[in-house]
Amino acid sequence: MGYIVDENTKVVVQGITGHQGSFHAGEMIKFGTKVVAGVSPGKKGTQHNGIPVFDSVMDAMSTGANATMISVPAPYVKDAAYEAIDAGIKLIYILTEHVPFHDTLEIFHQTNVRGIRLLGPNGPGVTRPGVCKIGIMPNQIFRKGDVAVASRSGTLTYEIVNAITQSGFGETTVIGLGGDPVVGMTFIDVLKLFYEDPETRRIVLVGEIGGNNEEKAARYIIEHGDKRKKVVAYITGRSAPKGKRMGHAGAIIERGVGTAESKIKAFTEAGVKVADYPDDVPGLLK
Amino acid sequence: MNLYEYQGKQLFSRYNIPVPGGYVVDSIDKLKKFEHPVVVKSQILLGGRGKSGGIKFARKPEELVPAVKDLLGAKIRDYTVKQLLIEEMLDIKKEFYISIALNRTERKPVIITSPSGGVEIETVPDDKIFRKNLDPLLGYSAFLGKEASSFMGFDRDLSAQFSKILQQMYALFIEYDCELVEVNPLVLTGDGKLVAADSKVVVDNDSLFRHKDLNNEDPEKTPLEREANEKGYSFVELDGKIGVIANGAGLTMATLDALTLHNGKPRNFLDLGGTDSTEIVVNAFDLVLKAKPTAILVNIFGGVTKCDTVAAGIVEAKKTYNIKQPMVVRLSGVREDEGRKILTDNGIDAFSEMMKAIEKVVSYVKVN
Repeated sequence: MGYIVDENTKVVVQGITGHQGSFHAGEMIKFGTKVVAGVSPGKKGTQHNGIPVFDSVMDAMSTGANATMISVPAPYVKDAAYEAIDAGIKLIYILTEHVPFHDTLEIFHQTNVRGIRLLGPNGPGVTRPGVCKIGIMPNQIFRKGDVAVASRSGTLTYEIVNAITQSGFGETTVIGLGGDPVVGMTFIDVLKLFYEDPETRRIVLVGEIGGNNEEKAARYIIEHGDKRKKVVAYITGRSAPKGKRMGHAGAIIERGVGTAESKIKAFTEAGVKVADYPDDVPGLLK
Repeated sequence: MNLYEYQGKQLFSRYNIPVPGGYVVDSIDKLKKFEHPVVVKSQILLGGRGKSGGIKFARKPEELVPAVKDLLGAKIRDYTVKQLLIEEMLDIKKEFYISIALNRTERKPVIITSPSGGVEIETVPDDKIFRKNLDPLLGYSAFLGKEASSFMGFDRDLSAQFSKILQQMYALFIEYDCELVEVNPLVLTGDGKLVAADSKVVVDNDSLFRHKDLNNEDPEKTPLEREANEKGYSFVELDGKIGVIANGAGLTMATLDALTLHNGKPRNFLDLGGTDSTEIVVNAFDLVLKAKPTAILVNIFGGVTKCDTVAAGIVEAKKTYNIKQPMVVRLSGVREDEGRKILTDNGIDAFSEMMKAIEKVVSYVKVN
């Protein structure tokens, strides 16, 4: 799965009978995603939006599922992820917000040693236009093209993707990394994939205050970047006060680490153009 | 969530991490008989407590009551002292530093120790600091204590004490979902014992559903921020004039940034979240209006939250609260045309481009 998701991605939805899981599973099918199963204990044998529902991920594996979208309440996310790991799922996307970060640490390290890809928690999903969508991104903002996008935000990602599409570009892949202090794949992990992907010719990274994954990405671009692929960034939180969490659990400047200035400086030094406003991103891609 | 020093020390006691003998008082009647010299420590959740005069010493019995009177009810940087920890004064021979924190970058807990304790760890030179990332799948093992003790230059006895403390701190870090467990200083007493003279414990807010014994208010939050959080909004008060309502944490931050770059300072951060209901919008206005902005900007990119729902909520809020301030709304995304029509029919400025809405709302603040 070089694009994280492709035409062979078969998705099981853990938490399919919840409001979010149910609505978005329907939207994913409209987008062309192979949603092969839902899991909801005690609902075995029923159908939801035409999707067969199973008691467990293990039972759902009979459908050929290889990816899961976890949309269960935060206290149950770790168990849901462990169930998916145990069943042999290869890609786990956690949509849920407010997952305790100690749970995420354990989930991450358990997936990491097994070569399972983890995305999220607290992200909007991953989309490959024309092929597959996992998550809650609005279907109508995408068009197939040559721009790959990775972002720590949800709505801001739609804003920027919409601007990219409106200006005549399109996307190869759009990846929501999640807004938590600890998440699965980070900018460096997806940059490797974007550089390897022949269809991706331009890259957009949407970062925010907190942590130093943007700085690490900038270093990676200097050391391993492919100059033929233009990288553009946008960083939110320039105006954020220190020590305050700005909506996302991970968006906080702590002990001087994680400022927007530091990230903008690191990207600029790596030759990455940083947009002042979301609307400026498409112009910088030209 | 930050724990008070005494709460952290209560946890330390439960985890067999040595702490000085002591007790907490919230009034002068609750003072116990003076038996030995004590330290009187304000229980506030702000750093730099000692420098701000929040700690006093009572070496003789007659010094205790004046120290307590001085501190109870005192204001330290806008924060009123309500509780004091009365603690046995230690015979300090040396001070060390020890903590376990989250290393976000490595996605691992990190052990940090230093022979230079009692000062802010940020001011200690790197060659005096031992850092070790801990593999969560391996968990704690005795070798970690030996490595840290070796760096600290401890003898066999101190090494054993230190390793035990580290092991217990790690157990606390894991079992209480901590972001930070810090002891600064860890004191070596005249009789050769290591004792935690202070505690700083920060628990992950998202884990509080399984730590029902903890429920501190965050002193850094304003009353309005608390009210908003209780109602389910991410909300931060800022010092500008433009009230902001947006959807999604990233887009809300981007809105504040864009306003600031246009010299229009925001009054607040408010994220509507991803719910499609007019009530959520109306309640958001209630909060923003309490912050008394001189103009209001609503910036929505519709997805799950549909633009026409938001528009209906705005119209309802305008009537309910009789909003007089100039208001600018930007609606883009799902059902944007329907949403903008509802607004213009009701005499409210509506834009589809974010930057135009930003310029417009800033112009109102400049004129006024």
